[in-house]
Amino acid sequence: MTATRVWEVFRRERAGAPMQHAGSIAAPDERFAEIYAREQYGRRGESEALWLVPRGAVAEIDDFVDEFDLKYRRVDGYSIKERLREARERAGTVEG
Amino acid sequence: MPAPSRADILLPLADDELIVGWRNSEWTGIAPFLEEDVAFSSIAQNEIGHARALYEIVAEELGSTADALAYDRPLDEYRCAPLVQLRRMDWAATIARHVLYETADAIRIASLAASDDPVVAGIAARIDREEVYHRMHAEMWLDRLLASTDGRDRLDHALDELWPYGLGVLDEGRRPELRRALEERLDRALPDVEPAVRGRYEPELAELHDEMTSVRRSAPAGARW
Repeated sequence: MTATRVWEVFRRERAGAPMQHAGSIAAPDERFAEIYAREQYGRRGESEALWLVPRGAVAEIDDFVDEFDLKYRRVDGYSIKERLREARERAGTVEG
Repeated sequence: MPAPSRADILLPLADDELIVGWRNSEWTGIAPFLEEDVAFSSIAQNEIGHARALYEIVAEELGSTADALAYDRPLDEYRCAPLVQLRRMDWAATIARHVLYETADAIRIASLAASDDPVVAGIAARIDREEVYHRMHAEMWLDRLLASTDGRDRLDHALDELWPYGLGVLDEGRRPELRRALEERLDRALPDVEPAVRGRYEPELAELHDEMTSVRRSAPAGARW
């Protein structure tokens, strides 16, 4: 077998749902990729549509610089537990 | 001459589908690569599914059951063509058989889909909707093998051996259509040969029949899963 290429497969479970990454397949060319994607991700009625994306077409970003530790930009940057307690006290809705 | 019964028409097709399904399933786990393993196993399952649907129609006419028709008959009552009986664990030979079988089957299914009997026409149309993907699979492998000298040599060698068997899948009247379709597709002449026709049994069918019927025989009252 000559070299195979990899396709990333996305599938939509039902109309209106978002496309989600399903997995990947290796195939010698696009025709094989289509047949294999049908068999692996579509034959059990689990998909309403598939997208096949050659892996080379995927732009990957995996470096996220945060030199100055700007943690206030992150969802875990604040501890709101104490402030939430104070707010509840003021409102008279303290639990337990 | 009375009109042929549904059993006469559909049983050879059902037996072909059952046996070719079994033969294709022999690649499960050892196909050339993982994706092909899944795809070829799926085709095998589809063929056996077609066999079941056909046996159910025949069983109703004969007052039998699909399982009894599939597994309780002695070997010499099977009507399958010699092409599907062969065991050839060589990928080029497998693809050659796949191409011969799918091309012949397309011709046969098209004629059944035009039948006056709505039950026969209906099942043929349903089978054809799945066979479209089997033909796509056969076509892409054919192109793949034809694209290299080594592949073409192996395929030609296998086709030379299997061509008489391919002819034997069809009734005499439809064989010229098969020859025309294949010669055009392969861009080569196919030899004049004596077809390997139904009623002939290849030695390796006995082993398959024995294995295929073993669970049924071990539980004659019917297995429950």
